Amino acid sequence: MADDLRAPDPTYRTDALIAEDIDAYLDLHQRKSLLRFITCGSVDDGKSTLIGRLLYDSKMIFEDQLAALEADSKRVGTQGQEIDFALLVDGLAAEREQGITIDVAYRFFATEKRKFIVADTPGHEQYTRNMVTGASTADLAVILIDARKGVLTQTRRHSYLAHLIGIRHIVLAVNKMDLIGYDRAAYDAIVADYAAFARTIGIERFVAMPISGFRGDNIATRSAHTPWYDGPTLIEHLERVEVDSDAAQAAPFRMAVQWVNRPDLDFRGFAGQIASGVIAPGDTVRVLPSGRTTSVARIVTLDGDLDRAVAGQSVTITLADEVDCSRGDVIAAADTPPQLSDQFEATIVWMGEEALLPGRGYWLKLGTQTVTATVQEPKYQVNVNTMEQLAAKTLDLNAIGVATLATDRALVFEPYADSRQLGGFILIDKLTNATVACGMLHFALRRAQNVHWQPVEVSREARAALKNQKPAVLWLTGLSGAGKSTIANLVEKKLARMNRHSFLLDGDNVRHGLNRDLGFTDADRVENIRRVGEVARLMTDAGLIVITAFISPFRAEREMVRRMMEPGEFIEIHIDTPLAEAEARDVKGLYAKARSGKLANFTGIDSPYEPPEDPEIRIDTTAMSVEEAAEAIVRRLIP
Amino acid sequence: MPVADSLTHLDRLEAESIHILREVVAECERPVMLYSVGKDSAVMLHLARKAFYPAPPPFPLLHVDTTWKFQAMYELRDRMARESGMELLVHRNPEAEARGINPFDHGALHTDLWKTEGLKQALDSYGFDAAFGGARRDEEKSRAKERVFSFRSANHRWDPKNQRPELWNLYNARKAKGESIRVFPISNWTELDIWQYIQRHDIPIVPLYFAAPRPTVERDGMLLMVDDERFRLEPGETPVDRSIRFRTLGCYPLTGAVESEATTLSQVIQEMLLTTTSERQGRAIDRDAGSASMEKKKQEGYF
Repeated sequence: MADDLRAPDPTYRTDALIAEDIDAYLDLHQRKSLLRFITCGSVDDGKSTLIGRLLYDSKMIFEDQLAALEADSKRVGTQGQEIDFALLVDGLAAEREQGITIDVAYRFFATEKRKFIVADTPGHEQYTRNMVTGASTADLAVILIDARKGVLTQTRRHSYLAHLIGIRHIVLAVNKMDLIGYDRAAYDAIVADYAAFARTIGIERFVAMPISGFRGDNIATRSAHTPWYDGPTLIEHLERVEVDSDAAQAAPFRMAVQWVNRPDLDFRGFAGQIASGVIAPGDTVRVLPSGRTTSVARIVTLDGDLDRAVAGQSVTITLADEVDCSRGDVIAAADTPPQLSDQFEATIVWMGEEALLPGRGYWLKLGTQTVTATVQEPKYQVNVNTMEQLAAKTLDLNAIGVATLATDRALVFEPYADSRQLGGFILIDKLTNATVACGMLHFALRRAQNVHWQPVEVSREARAALKNQKPAVLWLTGLSGAGKSTIANLVEKKLARMNRHSFLLDGDNVRHGLNRDLGFTDADRVENIRRVGEVARLMTDAGLIVITAFISPFRAEREMVRRMMEPGEFIEIHIDTPLAEAEARDVKGLYAKARSGKLANFTGIDSPYEPPEDPEIRIDTTAMSVEEAAEAIVRRLIP
Repeated sequence: MPVADSLTHLDRLEAESIHILREVVAECERPVMLYSVGKDSAVMLHLARKAFYPAPPPFPLLHVDTTWKFQAMYELRDRMARESGMELLVHRNPEAEARGINPFDHGALHTDLWKTEGLKQALDSYGFDAAFGGARRDEEKSRAKERVFSFRSANHRWDPKNQRPELWNLYNARKAKGESIRVFPISNWTELDIWQYIQRHDIPIVPLYFAAPRPTVERDGMLLMVDDERFRLEPGETPVDRSIRFRTLGCYPLTGAVESEATTLSQVIQEMLLTTTSERQGRAIDRDAGSASMEKKKQEGYF
């Protein structure tokens, strides 16, 4: 059997043509299109074997690699003396030892008609993240099923994820047909079973085929073992399906501006990759969010100007009029522009080790736009095995949920179902810079469309001038018992004596009213600070000097509040008291309670405090009296 | 609406690479392009010129030199820097230079000091926060899983277990102070794609890729070219003229040639398609620690 495996299938590549007329072959190859697909299956479904088979049959494996493969197959392979194709595609050393694929790997092969990029993604539950990543760029998904086992939990999970990420072409590859004697009835039962399930999650069409990756049945050539099957082979199907970028040409024109090309005063080009549609010089376009209308003057490339450009191409275009346009803007067909909103409903796939903190500000990147976004508590989480909707307060690693989110600036967007490029986004943790989630926008919330900023005629500057002062926020942060409230009170007294208009927001007091509904979980602490930040901002708009005394343990939230204010208005003051000292004082008896386990989530004990790295003012309470501290703060504000 | 123009695979690879190049320029402070003068570098440089045309690419070229490259590589390097209008920075590790590190006496230390250490020195001394490299995923198994944006700690280490997911065409270029990114714009290109693109755009490459009679010796199963007088002949060795070419270019005493009659691009591609050994086989660097050697080198900071 090993012998017939060693003969690559001749239908992939015409070696005769290469040898006889290389130029004719190259001409053919130049015109090939590109299809990206993913294979989904668990360790035992034969996924790596199938990919190894595709590479092998298309002669992407060289003799030196084959020699190494044969040696490895005998040493650690699972196929006895036969070639273990799986070893070809299992990359990193740790994985090789464990015998599993733990990341996304990309493979390449070509047939006479197409070049293919395969994302090899793992099937384990804890790696939902990887499958979503691999699927995000795929035109097609091959869902592998072990014919002996039928539709399993992971089959449902893979199908759900493929559908969620918007893959239009689904192939159900019923693999290992050789191990069930090419039994037609068993195959038909599996396909019927899958069809029933697929309908429930909204997959309307899929193509099923009986294959054996190991034996090569119905991969490149029709198998003699399945005369009852009259559909295409896997390769035939992969060569025929329409790729997404071709389909995107039919949609209205959109291009996110990546970079403004300004080599000299005479040239101003807008560089970007066309997300959808077709563009030609003379076409009328609208620049968003400004809404200005103009027309395309030129499509500029190193090889000369183009008379048209299509979805998928990276181009530089110039516009007929001097319009304001920079990175993050979207140039779109003038008559059918995309939408603009700052509140959305979205599906979110959480990929970070640290769970979602509702209310915390994350960077959101969509196209070339980057804004700050806060995610509300999820409406529900989806169990990826049963598709059930579950109540959830947050999203953990690999969790998928639906939530609303708000951005600090309006985004130019389209629903993900209409455009992957203008509807798909990632969330980035502002402190670690890790990509913690990806998401797909469903629609803009109606309230965002109907709530507009009411312009006020007496400006914040006018209000401040009336009070003869410059508004500011004195943000005191520190451990419980550090002395924040005591110092804040004295600061306010001193300001009042100087005829300054101030307002003290104290942590304990606010929790009796505005934030009565919040507890002390991490998520509630974030929301507590967000609300206080918003109130402080309104008060600075009113011209006041705001003094706040909150533990505010997380850097990210203090940064969030800083960004709500005008530059220079936020003054972070670290009331620096060592934990031992604060605990020794224990004015309210809270440390004792926390130590005895009667009080959970207490900062410094079982909940973290992240001290400011670069505060405007640091008060060392072991070296300064309350009077000295208050005086130092006031003098910083009013020199 | 019917499909106006269906993009070919080369069109789509080109568009993706240009998108990546522009994204780095838009989001990073001080990018640089690692230029090794090979065919992959040639394609990467051409893509950069396309991405920013009519402006020159807004970053310099960096050549981490070992002093042991082929003479023809130095010639093309200087010519391409002139033609592209880009600044060319050449870095040679002063320690390796002082100690006279060479491929004949020092084996693996040669690559480590000149290339790995030299690269780190250059990136640190100029303060580059992003470096483009011409690695392809089809080259080698551990490359198949590397991201397009690959993050390095302040001491340049790569952690394969801690990579950022890359979704759609969205790249997260944010990093902490001291961290840097290695960016691979031609990750998804195969060797055949590279050759075809060179042919389609008539991109200048080092003549060593084409067959010509050249002085060679056979050593440890490899055909080595005697490129200059520093080549140390072993007892009994005399250079013999053979018609050879190279599939990959590096330090000349470490790079194996293949016997060939291919003098045109078409013929080179023809040989490549009909050949039965992989491209990296001509490189001694992959062999010194078994199959996981490249992965180990990458973790230590090798490109």
